[in-house]
Amino acid sequence: MGKKVAITGMGIISSIGKTVEENFAALTEGKTGISTLENLETIHKDAIKVGEIKLTHAELEQLLGLSSDNNYTRTALLGAYAAKQAVEAAGIQSINEFRTGLISSTSVGGMDMTERYFYEYFQNEKVRKYITAHDAGDSSHKIAEYLGLEGFVSTISTACSSAANAIMMGARMIEAGKLDRVIVGGTDALAKFTINGFKTLMILSDTYNTPFDNHRKGLNLGEAAAFLVLESDEVVARQNKKILAYVSGFGNANDAFHQTASSENGDGAFLAMKKALQRAHLHPSDIDYVNAHGTATPNNDLSEGRALLRVFGDTMPEFSSTKAFTGHTLAAAAAIEAVYSVLALQHNVIFPNLNFTTPMEEIHLIPQTTLKNKSIHHVLSNSFGFGGNCSTVIFSKN
Amino acid sequence: MKGCYINGMGMVSAQNLFETDFLETAVPYTTENVLFAQQPSYKELIPPAMIRRMAKGVKMGIYASTKALNEAGMENPGAIITGTGMGCVEDSEKFLKTILDNNEAFLTPTSFIQSTHNTVGAQIALGLQCKSYNFTYVNGAVSLETALMDAKMQIECDGVASVLVGGIDEIAAHTLSLYKLANIIKTEEDKPYSVINSDSKGIVFSEGASFFALEDSQKATTYAQIVDVALRNAMTSNQVTSFITNFLAANKLELSQIDAVVLGNNGDVDYDDYYEAAAALFSETPQWYYKHLSGEYNTASGFGLWMAAHCIKKQQVPSVVKKNSLERELYQKVLIYNQCRGKDHSLILLQKC
Repeated sequence: MGKKVAITGMGIISSIGKTVEENFAALTEGKTGISTLENLETIHKDAIKVGEIKLTHAELEQLLGLSSDNNYTRTALLGAYAAKQAVEAAGIQSINEFRTGLISSTSVGGMDMTERYFYEYFQNEKVRKYITAHDAGDSSHKIAEYLGLEGFVSTISTACSSAANAIMMGARMIEAGKLDRVIVGGTDALAKFTINGFKTLMILSDTYNTPFDNHRKGLNLGEAAAFLVLESDEVVARQNKKILAYVSGFGNANDAFHQTASSENGDGAFLAMKKALQRAHLHPSDIDYVNAHGTATPNNDLSEGRALLRVFGDTMPEFSSTKAFTGHTLAAAAAIEAVYSVLALQHNVIFPNLNFTTPMEEIHLIPQTTLKNKSIHHVLSNSFGFGGNCSTVIFSKN
Repeated sequence: MKGCYINGMGMVSAQNLFETDFLETAVPYTTENVLFAQQPSYKELIPPAMIRRMAKGVKMGIYASTKALNEAGMENPGAIITGTGMGCVEDSEKFLKTILDNNEAFLTPTSFIQSTHNTVGAQIALGLQCKSYNFTYVNGAVSLETALMDAKMQIECDGVASVLVGGIDEIAAHTLSLYKLANIIKTEEDKPYSVINSDSKGIVFSEGASFFALEDSQKATTYAQIVDVALRNAMTSNQVTSFITNFLAANKLELSQIDAVVLGNNGDVDYDDYYEAAAALFSETPQWYYKHLSGEYNTASGFGLWMAAHCIKKQQVPSVVKKNSLERELYQKVLIYNQCRGKDHSLILLQKC
């Protein structure tokens, strides 16, 4: 035990850019990716805003260089694209050289194709290739295949905390010596299914989402994929690898309160943060920046806010939710926010919480609203999901 | 390092075994290409209003997990880890159908809320008021095996004393018809169905839930110890031998030290060569099988694990699961191999306590 888990590569595609550099530029320039939906037909098109990647299915296929008989769903396309970037950034030439794994995550899997062809499948033989692409594991198999990876491949689906849990499982497998290297992250494409789901829960904003603001109206859905390459000490030393940051702690807990709502005082969130700090051997005052879950729903932001105050008390560091940039990208959220957390460490910068004007009346908690330079050693990132699933990951410079 | 012991089990499957001790009343299926799980009585466990609202997978999960917890006397597990290949398809379909049939109008959130893959794990946690670690793996035929691997790490590396692990998959009508359309399921013409020496493509499709209460120490109810679990996403049938021998070598075991091998033969002639390779490797070893009893689904290997754990504890093997005529005096170490459609290969090594 006690092996360090190094991050040696990252890849990302989101509504604010299709590379790590583009995402960083948008974050520092305060440029949001929230827009009007284009790639998907829904009656809610003009009533909502989304964090959509402005590339069509065909354009993504072309970017990946896939043959026309492929059966990649949008979730698999985005995932393969981001995972490939991460592997290249980590300078991996031969993917199976070490015991390498892939732990991906997704909430809807191939839902984009299922909802398109649900009835058409019976008439149109040509589209039937997508029937077996629906399940969540298929997207991970596609990503592994695209990378040429043969070994441990799995997928986690715990709703909106999924990718945090993928990072956690990957880190644990390296710590336990079960893998030398693991590609971890998540991918989720926008779908009519989730748009309508969150719409019926009445937590979709009709305008730009405003995390932690007293007048917040709900979330904007987004789509994204991001992956990190985690490597063990031995592999890093043997290859003289450049280390971007370390995964230093993590914790998962269940709120055990309600299938979709968070408890009033954020018990699950509180426990997840506590466990992560304990695992990282850090005190709350060691944390320099919190990348909050901050979905901009009335329930989440208050519950998370209360949990943050319970953990940090008087030593609350700067915090922000980057979901005003990207929207809530569900299973991928914790993966893209892991990339942002590492960027914060690398560049000693705190990204702004856009669209905030009025503090919540219930608690005193004000996010960082402008870009701020600050020496950063430890970033704590939160992600919470349906089913009371609460996850925290801590990223550290050393 | 602590060991990982199966101290309680619960099962809902295509077999009606609720009133029996093991497989006494088990019957092989040969005439149906879809096997629905036999449903236990839920009313002792779940309030009637909730029984109506809950999808089958959630109910099966709650039943099987309660049985496992009760048997092990486990009240508040240190982790709840589930695996499901397809997740809550019943509610997913229901919600999607309403979206499509009513042009995105007249929707209610209930089926959406219950459609997430981690619904079963979450409902169990809610019922137990268990705030522990709660994960759900969703990777085809290794969904349950990844959960087992995680549970083993929780117990052996992270000092967690007890973990509830389970696999759940339910059949939903539309997905079933799509699977028939995609020729994943055997046709009427392929009857009678057999999982060994089959000459037809596809599988007999089924559903079920299996739960295992794992603990770091043995007790009176202990079935077996889970010694190791290995997974691999893809391989050719030529690689099966090395996959197995490398796994045994890592556990410092010779082939001959395996007292029985449990094979996941599902009668899909296109992928039978994987199981044939494994069977050939263990030609001197008792071989057991089970998918003629359970049918095939992403977490069907849970039935295999349940069956093997029973055989080890009882040191008795029902003839209905014997794939060859070989027997041993003592069943000390049992290896389970599973794959589906050439993907998601897994090995589980069990040991008698």
